[in-house]
Order: sequence, then C-alpha cells, then structure tokens
Amino acid sequence: MSREFTPKVITANALIEGDVVYFTAHDTWSRALQDADVLTDEADAALRLLIAEARNDEVVGAYLAEMKPGADGPDPVHFREEFRRTGPSNLFHGKQADIASRA
Amino acid sequence: MYTYSEFDSAFVAERNRQFRAQVERRIDGSLTEDEFKPLRLMNGLYLQLHAYMLRVAIPYGTLNSRQMRQLAMIAERWDKGYGHFTTRQNIQFNWPNLANVPDILEALAKVEMHSIQTSGNTIRNVTADHFAGAAADEVADPRPVAELIRQWSTDHPEFQFLPRKFKVGVTGSPNDRAVTASHDIGLRIIERNGEIGYRVLVGGGLGRTPMIGKVLADFLPEADLLPYIEAVVSVWNLLGRRDNKFKSRIKITVHEHGIDEIRTRVEKHFAIIKPSFAGIDQQMLAAIRADFAAPAFLTASETPYTHARQHDPVFRSWADTNLSEHRVPGYAIVSISLKAHGKTPGDASAHQMRLMAELAERYGHDELRISHEQNVILPHVHKSFVPSVFAALRAAGLGTANIGLISDIIACPGMDYCALATARSIPIAQQIATRFDELKLEYEIGEMKIKISGCINACGHHHVGHIGILGLDRAGVENYQITLGGDHRTDARLGDRTGPGFAADEIVPAIERIVYAYLDLRTAPSETFLAAYQRLGLAPFKAALYKTEAQAYAAE
Repeated sequence: MSREFTPKVITANALIEGDVVYFTAHDTWSRALQDADVLTDEADAALRLLIAEARNDEVVGAYLAEMKPGADGPDPVHFREEFRRTGPSNLFHGKQADIASRA
Repeated sequence: MYTYSEFDSAFVAERNRQFRAQVERRIDGSLTEDEFKPLRLMNGLYLQLHAYMLRVAIPYGTLNSRQMRQLAMIAERWDKGYGHFTTRQNIQFNWPNLANVPDILEALAKVEMHSIQTSGNTIRNVTADHFAGAAADEVADPRPVAELIRQWSTDHPEFQFLPRKFKVGVTGSPNDRAVTASHDIGLRIIERNGEIGYRVLVGGGLGRTPMIGKVLADFLPEADLLPYIEAVVSVWNLLGRRDNKFKSRIKITVHEHGIDEIRTRVEKHFAIIKPSFAGIDQQMLAAIRADFAAPAFLTASETPYTHARQHDPVFRSWADTNLSEHRVPGYAIVSISLKAHGKTPGDASAHQMRLMAELAERYGHDELRISHEQNVILPHVHKSFVPSVFAALRAAGLGTANIGLISDIIACPGMDYCALATARSIPIAQQIATRFDELKLEYEIGEMKIKISGCINACGHHHVGHIGILGLDRAGVENYQITLGGDHRTDARLGDRTGPGFAADEIVPAIERIVYAYLDLRTAPSETFLAAYQRLGLAPFKAALYKTEAQAYAAE
C-alpha cells in the first residue's frame, strides 16, 4: 500500500541572491514560508513542481519539502527546513535578520 | 613567498574573464543550472543552504598582509563582514551574491589569489604544515614542493575530470602537523644519509570510509617526485571507480587492488613518463625555493618578553599555550586562536583580519598562515615583539589562550550553512567551549583535540580527534556519535566508536563524563587524554560515558 501523501511546499534557492524561496499559489516566489502554496494532492504537487522547475532562470534546485499545519501557515517537518526558513543558529544572519529588519 | 609570473597572472585573468561571461550567460538565461553548475564549481562557487558560498584557495595556508587585507575588504564589501577559515587552509565567504562573484574573483586576482580547483573532481589546494619554514623540528620547508605541485596540478589537462576530488598534503617535519596520513597523497620530507627525499603515503582519507594512508614509497629521491605523483594520479584516473561515487576515491582503489598492485602499476607508469620530465621540474623547484628564502631575521634583546612573562600572568598563560618553538633563537611562532569561547571556530571579522595583517606586517616579516585547525599563525615573531602582539590581539578579541586545549575545537560549518550536512556542528563546539570555560578545567585537562563534523564526509576530521563528534540525522532529529582515541599526527589513528549517539542536549554532559573519567584515571597531570586512552583503551571511558543511562535502566 502506498503511503499517504503528506502536505508539501515547493522550495528552491533564488538564482542571484541564493537565498531560500517558496513557490506561491500565484506562481511567484516568496521569501516567506507562510506565503507558500501548501500542496496536499500528490498529482497536483508533481505538476506544480514541473511548473516551478521550468522557472530555471529565477531559481536553483526546486524540490518538495514536507510540512505540517502550524499556527501561522505551514511548519517544516524536518529540522533542515527549519534552518532554511530561519538562517544559521550561530549568527543572526539570513532570513531571521531579514525579517527583523523589515519589522 | 611565491609571486605570480606573467603566465600565472594571465592565466587567472583569462579564467576570471571566462567565468564573468559564464555568470552573465547564466543570469540572462542562456545557460541552465545543469550547464552552469560544473563551471561555477570549477571556480569554487557552491550553493549552500541559505546562500552561495565562495571557497578561496590559500595555497598551503600561506598568505601575506596584502592578501589578508584584501580578504577583509571582500568580506566587508560583498559579504557580511567576516570570513570562515577551513580545515583545508582555505577561506569561505558564506553570503556572496552570484552577480558579484566575478568582481570578487577580480579583487582576489589583484593580490594573486583565486578559487580555481577549490571544488570539483580535480587536484585541490595543496595543504602543508602551518609552521612551515619556522618550526624548530623541520627537515625542510614543505612549501616549495607544495607550490610546485600546485603549478603542476593547476589546469593539468589529464586531471580535470578525475573520478573524484584529490587532495595532497605535505609535511617537512617528522612531527606531522599537516595530517598527511588522511590525504589521497601524503608527502613527508625526510632526510636519509644527508639526502632529502620523500616518503609517499597514498590512499588516506576520512569521510564515509576512513582510511589511514599506506606507504607507497619509503624514500623517493627529490628529482623523482613530480613524475612519481603524476604516475599515481594517472593510475588512479584509469583505475578509480567512476560507477559509484562512494567508491571513487583513491583510498578505495588502494583498498580494492592492494598497495603492492598499485605500487607495481605506479612504478611501471613512472618509468614511462620520467624521461619526459627532463629536469625542468627541478629547475622550477629551485626557482620556487628562492621565493621561499627565509626572511632577514633580527637579533634583539628578549628582555621585553621575559619581563612580560615575569610580571603579567595573563600574558604568561597565553604565551604558554599559544607560542611554539621557532628554529631561530629569539623567535617564536605565534598561534592566534580563532576559538574564543562561545564563538564560531574559524571565523574572523574583517576588523580582525586587518589587525592580523597589520601585526604580520609590523612584527612578523609580513607572513601569515592558516592552520587546518582553523587558527591563524604568525610564523616569525621576534620575542621582543610578542608582548605588543598579544596586547593588540587581546584588544581585538583574538587573545584567547587555548591552543591545543579542549576549546580549540575543529568544527565544520555543519547544517548552519552546508547543504550536505546532516546535523549542526558549530553550536556543539560553542557549547563545549563555553561549558569547560565555566568549569575552569581547560588547563587542568591539558592537551585535548575535539573535532566535530556535521556529516559523514568528515570535513571536521572527527575520526582523528582525541574526541570525535559526528552529527547525524536519526529519524529527523540531530544525533551525535562519539569516537575516542583518534590521532592526527605522524602515527595517525582512527578513533573508536563508543556506541549509541546522543541528542543535541545530551552531548555536552556526555563529553563532560568522558573528561571527568580521564581526570580520575590519569596517572599524573602529565599523562594526556590520548596517552591515558592508549594505556587503558575504550572500556573505562565507555563505561563512564554510558553510566547514567545504565543506572537509569537499573532503577526501572
């Protein structure tokens, strides 16, 4: 029996800046995980990934990352995705600093 | 030190011109990522977790003040104001923007630096003893031959598509500080009956399948070295496994075919190619040697040094740990710790880089070294200047007196930066250093090498740490395996795995249990952890390490 499909988002790194981006329901790339389109259907996810991968001149290495429902949109299942959406833990750089500077 | 010839400058400029055009074509969409990736990797540009990462080669870890200042400028102008020195004596910038990388490479070329062959399946930056040219125990300076190998291997047409990466390390001292036994080729300069030659080790490597290098040639005459190592790489280039990435390194080739079979093949190929070398390599080596002539050492009174030692206990403590014996009387080798307690091992701010450059220029014959232990060395400082050097270092947060102690930890970037990592390394290093600083036990513990890797690729050299820590992903949780009794020196040894790993919040107490066991078990303070381990073996340390859990089970 195939395993039940768990919710996913499409994520990649931006071509120029190299930072983490998420694919939205409007076919755009967002720096914030809460803007990501949460995909709950396997066939839909596969199709959406093909669309995202075709945006080869905007991003690098698009893939599906597993998520679970959180208080403010999707939350990463794996700690690697938690670091990707936050930034390094030794220095206040990356997304955490970008969010702080915008606030 | 070596300075670029017209040929070198033109070669680097041409490569930079090509890469600038490649970046432009990637950005305008003419190149796909699949097409661009091998091109950027040839120029040391990785895409990591949060950003691009540019790895810049510091050949055999040697640089001058002008180069260090340029690294500081790059860190400030195009990165986040700091750089990370690595276990391969390179520097990595963690935050460059793709569009700026061609400008960064151009800025590097202005000070005779580049990123060529810091990635990809090529012969990588040649590493060497960070005390080269200065150590009291040295047979010969390893840098001229390291530079010869660098020139020979750079853009070598036969070796641009090797089965996998290939690393060469050189020591010129019988006390190996360059971890030569963990390199694809490890070279040890030795003297026999007044003649200088090389002991050639092959097939060392850490990573997924750690191996200690085996002796391929016990004593190779100097003139045979370049054709001989060319023969080694050629044999492996044809024989190495291209079907399986995990079996492609020469250590596996040596393991599968046996050292004797490899030696036979190498010697056969060597006999064929040796005549084509015709002595030009030896002429080049002689010219390179002249570039590495010793500086004009000073003769001066050591009074400022002895006075500071007598009257300033903080200075004395630092001098006891961070100075090493220089081959010239009156001189010292100064190790600058990039391991301030709680900071990231190997990181230096632009301000710190500039200060180290200034100290090298003013007090150190304009020479700096990067060690594989992620510290910076001023190899030639007259003792009369050492108090001034220490005062300046201390004011810049670089005065930590911990070289060789438990907080002088090697840590790879781990999952805080690296796309390959399975767990974090840096926070573990920060916590261990902070904890033992709080306990005020560092000096009592004495010599201790903790080495941490955030994945099995072992950039953090955990297999050869006295205490090695390997971060893994166990069912979606960071988990840390411990090895004990590894040794990176001449008689290198891989550590023994203790057993089940520990969660991130259990690892510091686990290290504490090992350390307290050592303090209880040692015969005297002079018996180092490694010596105690070699005397007692794994059992008592293992018992102490898992004691808490065993007691908890017993109580159930």
